[in-house]
Amino acid sequence: MPPRSPFVIAPPLGLSRRRFVQGLAAGGVLAGLSTPALRAFAQQGSATRGAAPVLKGTEFDLVIAESPVNFTGKPGVATTINGSLPAPTLRWREGDTVTIRVTNKLREATSIHWHGIILPYQMDGVPGISFNGIAPGETFTYRFKVQQSGSYWYHSHSGFQELTGMYGAIIIDPAGAETIRADRDHVLLFSDWTDEDPMRVFTKLKSQSDYYNYNQPTVFDFFRDASRDGMAAAIDKRKMWNEMRMNPTDLADLSAATLTYLANGVTPAGNWTALFRPGERVRLRMVNGAGNTFYDVRIPGLKLTVVHVDGVDVEPVTVDEFRFGPGETVDVIVQPRDDAYTIFAQAMDRTGYARATLAVREGLQAPVPALDPVEWLTMNDMMGSMMGGMDHGGSGQAMEMTGMTGMTGMTGMTGMGSGSMSGMDHGAMAGMNHGAMNHGGMAMDHSQHAAAAGGLAVPSTTARHARTEYGASTDMRVDMARTNLDDPGIGLRNNGRRVLTLADLHTPSGPLDKRGPGREVELHLTGNMERYAWSLDGLEFGKSTPVHFKHGERLRVILHNDTMMTHPMHLHGMWSELESPDGRFLARRHTLPVQPAQRISFLVTADALGRWAWHCHLMFHMDAGMFREVVVS
Amino acid sequence: MSKALPTRALATTLLALVSVAAQAQAQNDHAAHGQADAQTAAPSTQTVAPAADPHAGHATSASGSTAAPAMDHGNMQMQGGSAPPDARDPHGYSNGLTLGSGDYAVPGVPRLMLADEHRFFSLRGETLERRFTRKGDDSTAYDLQAWYGTTYNKAVVKAEGDIAKGKLEESRTELLWGHAVAQYWDTQLGVRVDNGEGPSRQWLAFGIQGLAPYWFELEATGYVGSGGRTALRVEGSYELLLTQRLILEPRAELQFYGKDDPERGIGKGLAEASAGLRLRYEFSRQFAPYIGVERAGSFGRTADYVRAEGGRAQQTRWVAGVRFWF
Repeated sequence: MPPRSPFVIAPPLGLSRRRFVQGLAAGGVLAGLSTPALRAFAQQGSATRGAAPVLKGTEFDLVIAESPVNFTGKPGVATTINGSLPAPTLRWREGDTVTIRVTNKLREATSIHWHGIILPYQMDGVPGISFNGIAPGETFTYRFKVQQSGSYWYHSHSGFQELTGMYGAIIIDPAGAETIRADRDHVLLFSDWTDEDPMRVFTKLKSQSDYYNYNQPTVFDFFRDASRDGMAAAIDKRKMWNEMRMNPTDLADLSAATLTYLANGVTPAGNWTALFRPGERVRLRMVNGAGNTFYDVRIPGLKLTVVHVDGVDVEPVTVDEFRFGPGETVDVIVQPRDDAYTIFAQAMDRTGYARATLAVREGLQAPVPALDPVEWLTMNDMMGSMMGGMDHGGSGQAMEMTGMTGMTGMTGMTGMGSGSMSGMDHGAMAGMNHGAMNHGGMAMDHSQHAAAAGGLAVPSTTARHARTEYGASTDMRVDMARTNLDDPGIGLRNNGRRVLTLADLHTPSGPLDKRGPGREVELHLTGNMERYAWSLDGLEFGKSTPVHFKHGERLRVILHNDTMMTHPMHLHGMWSELESPDGRFLARRHTLPVQPAQRISFLVTADALGRWAWHCHLMFHMDAGMFREVVVS
Repeated sequence: MSKALPTRALATTLLALVSVAAQAQAQNDHAAHGQADAQTAAPSTQTVAPAADPHAGHATSASGSTAAPAMDHGNMQMQGGSAPPDARDPHGYSNGLTLGSGDYAVPGVPRLMLADEHRFFSLRGETLERRFTRKGDDSTAYDLQAWYGTTYNKAVVKAEGDIAKGKLEESRTELLWGHAVAQYWDTQLGVRVDNGEGPSRQWLAFGIQGLAPYWFELEATGYVGSGGRTALRVEGSYELLLTQRLILEPRAELQFYGKDDPERGIGKGLAEASAGLRLRYEFSRQFAPYIGVERAGSFGRTADYVRAEGGRAQQTRWVAGVRFWF
């Protein structure tokens, strides 16, 4: 916040579109220089412009208040911690007991949740589950022993305060030696900002769920496709979507039509800059603290060596790009040699981007790439492995809806929007050897769960839909979800870049608990986009009952996505130990993205007595009821 | 609410309306499709399949891998349907626990309430327009819908009417309880009051409203009034996105009555129908001025009443107005 002009002059009427998407160069917290910490920080000069102040030690005082901000030319009010957006970076040490006094100067209750931190449930900060929240004027003292190290973050768990600015990074230094060697360390927290009242945004989505989607199929798109691919292909491409009343460009509920994408609280035009000296190994601790946005992050000209995910070291894997959703953290090592690089984080729906610069000195910049084109969701994203089998289950081989051309004939795929599939001409499945591939794929699938039936060595693959998934709350169900984890997801398949996938992640230390699972808990991620309803098993939070974990048990959780959106699922209080489809341990996570029509599984050791939250970390999905209470007792 | 399948003609739609609406009531959205007849049994097929592994048959064919049987996913249904009797219990993992009470519940802490338990409000002006006819008997018309409630249960108000020469010609106002019964369909139950020229009429109303395959917005409501009067009103519309903001909306409405009502100039059978095209520009989703043209007509004895009063049974009118909501 430091060297920002406190006097951002709002433009006269008619804010230009470019200004809105790019944001104001000098946007941010306007009156943020009031606290001593910030004043001191401001004097450090412009080298870390926009980066949050770092608070270190074992005793912390955090004050939650409103701060005027201006990111787009339109004055707004943010909810901030110590007047800073992002909130101060907290630096702890593993083994210390930290005391954090949080004072609420808002007119409403607030809370802070320490995302991914293992602690007693009363310290977890979820109002209505772990405590009462922090009333206006009150100070709540969090105190807990830090039992882990790595990159984490914290945020409000009350209302939509997170979306209005209450998020910051946590760095925990290990008790022993740092396992990741780096000459320099930067926190890069991506978030998103709306000038609207988030509750108003939610209400709009309730009235019209595609309110912010300005990439919808149009009549002209249709004629363009028809002239290029022929009328039949153009109709086929749309047929199933239209029958099912689903939107192939429903990639994000919100878009740049209301969001401004921020890197360390700075707009793309503001260009937050991280400094380095050529030849250094630079560790970028990237946090997705957005309310709604999946970011696809890359640094053109640099390989990213992913070394640490969700606060846990992973075997280094070198990629060009990675996608992460709200709640996830990814640490990469880069070794820049040129003067300047753009850190480019485009939103998954391709309507905008957050941007920062990695440079040898302030003021430099590298070219900013163009946004990738908007891709329609594919058959994989709607039907899972039924289609996945056809493309060999391979990651990138997204089969477009056009692939449906001629696939009619899979007799009996009735529900599917009925007509669409029936009468398919197998021969027309371009280049696909039907018998060999598809059936091979399915047979494997089935033999797999045949094996599973004998035990819990591998996760089950048979969809067990809840009886509450057949009503108004659920607009689709996937009977044969895809289980492969090597798919980077829509918009990243076959883009010519090496993109990180879940299958790339390996926590070297192995699982925390060597036991196999004693049982399976299967939850389905469900929703009805048209009604803008989000739930688990077709039941919103208010109608649900808690999921009970028996204290000490080791169990398998299966998340089966019956929607066409990716949901970052965050289980509080306990690790989610991701496993491969054949039951091998992969990585320890606190937030796991589940792609459309995907079924993933992870093991949990229920060692944390108490009540915990478990939810989709897209704020509006969470608030709509894609949320469960977990009781460990 | 898009679209982009500009291949369906409005006329076809009209015919489809009634049948689609009726079938939707049966909570099977897919029944409306061509193939559906052979497949309406799908939900029950599903119940027949052994639950533990509905595809068990395939496993056995794993080695043999003959294509045909493996392809027969006869029980597959991605939308709608009814739950098989052995479907998973969504409370099966709760061990009897309830939200915010029991083990480790923090004393004095009210349980978490999220937006699924909030009530929302919306008022939508589908049309608010001036209608121009060649004869000069211009009028102002409105068609509003408001709702208040949760995702699945709402109070719905519908108001439609015509004002000409400063006088309310006719109006229909309904107060309904809307209840979500299927993915895209709500049932509506309530009352309707007609005002305007002639005596006021009151009805009980029952109907459905929702989204048919291919994104057709449909409303079909049946009414029972005093003195054995009955009526049926069907309305359908579609949105064609020419661009992200320029949208062409074909819309049609049909009104049937079961009995003559000379005092209100209504005859038995199909009484009134209209079909129009409106082209709007969405400055925002919530504010879109439009222009359009509509063909409206009276039929049967209703037409006779209109002609008897010196009016024209059929007319083409130009419209200009604004669509809005908040």
